Amino acid sequence: MTASASNFRTPMSRARGLGAAKHGVGHFIAERVSGMALIPLALWAAFSGPMLAKGDFADAVLWLAQPLNAVLAGALVVVGFFHLRLTLQVVIEDYIAGFVAKTTLMLLNLFVCVLGAALGVFAILKVALLSGAV
Amino acid sequence: MTEATPGVRERPLSPHLQVWRWHVTMAGSIAHRGSLMALYVGALILVGWLLALANGPEAYAAYKGLLGSPLGKLVLFGLTFALFFNLSSAVRHMIWDVGKGFRPKFADTLTIASFVFAAVATLAVWLIAASTGAL
Repeated sequence: MTASASNFRTPMSRARGLGAAKHGVGHFIAERVSGMALIPLALWAAFSGPMLAKGDFADAVLWLAQPLNAVLAGALVVVGFFHLRLTLQVVIEDYIAGFVAKTTLMLLNLFVCVLGAALGVFAILKVALLSGAV
Repeated sequence: MTEATPGVRERPLSPHLQVWRWHVTMAGSIAHRGSLMALYVGALILVGWLLALANGPEAYAAYKGLLGSPLGKLVLFGLTFALFFNLSSAVRHMIWDVGKGFRPKFADTLTIASFVFAAVATLAVWLIAASTGAL
């Protein structure tokens, strides 16, 4: 198949005549809503950063062991990677046309974001729940 | 695969960067994407910080030393700007998403405002950090 402008639709899609896959609106809304949730979380992170930079290891552990901070940090990591995955996917779709390159980057994006969120949540739980043992 | 499908003509491609006069909403759009990609790296740096904290005092001190180095501070300064610019751009797009604010003059002003907000908020955070002795 050549990469001409009329080839963005596959022959199957033309034969079915159903238009787009209709996943776009859900993606769009998920992106905006997670973006809204990240506004207060980002402001909280920007406010907490300098405070943590001033303190040492023990201060940081005490800070993250507080339930509110642990929950907000967990929400920031999970919602943040969810949002990044959706938004970077759009950038990949816009600029990478080749099927193999696009698919590879989309899967890499998914795996990095899921792994990042999982590692982040695990680290937060370890500090928050086991800091009494440190 | 044949191109002989009746009724399907070559679709026009949207014009790309080089055919446009440079304008502020375009700069805002490019910076929004740029800030997004910077924040992707920033999120990984944040996870690195959490893992260092979970690992123990030695790992934490080493990681904090890395972030506190001149290069680390430069990266964190850039990430602070990226964070605030992404935030103000998200608000700008919310206004556009509900169908308001498309008059060119207002759209330009709104985009300039999102740059100004990001610059002021970034300086505010770093001045607060400097005044509390965090740097």
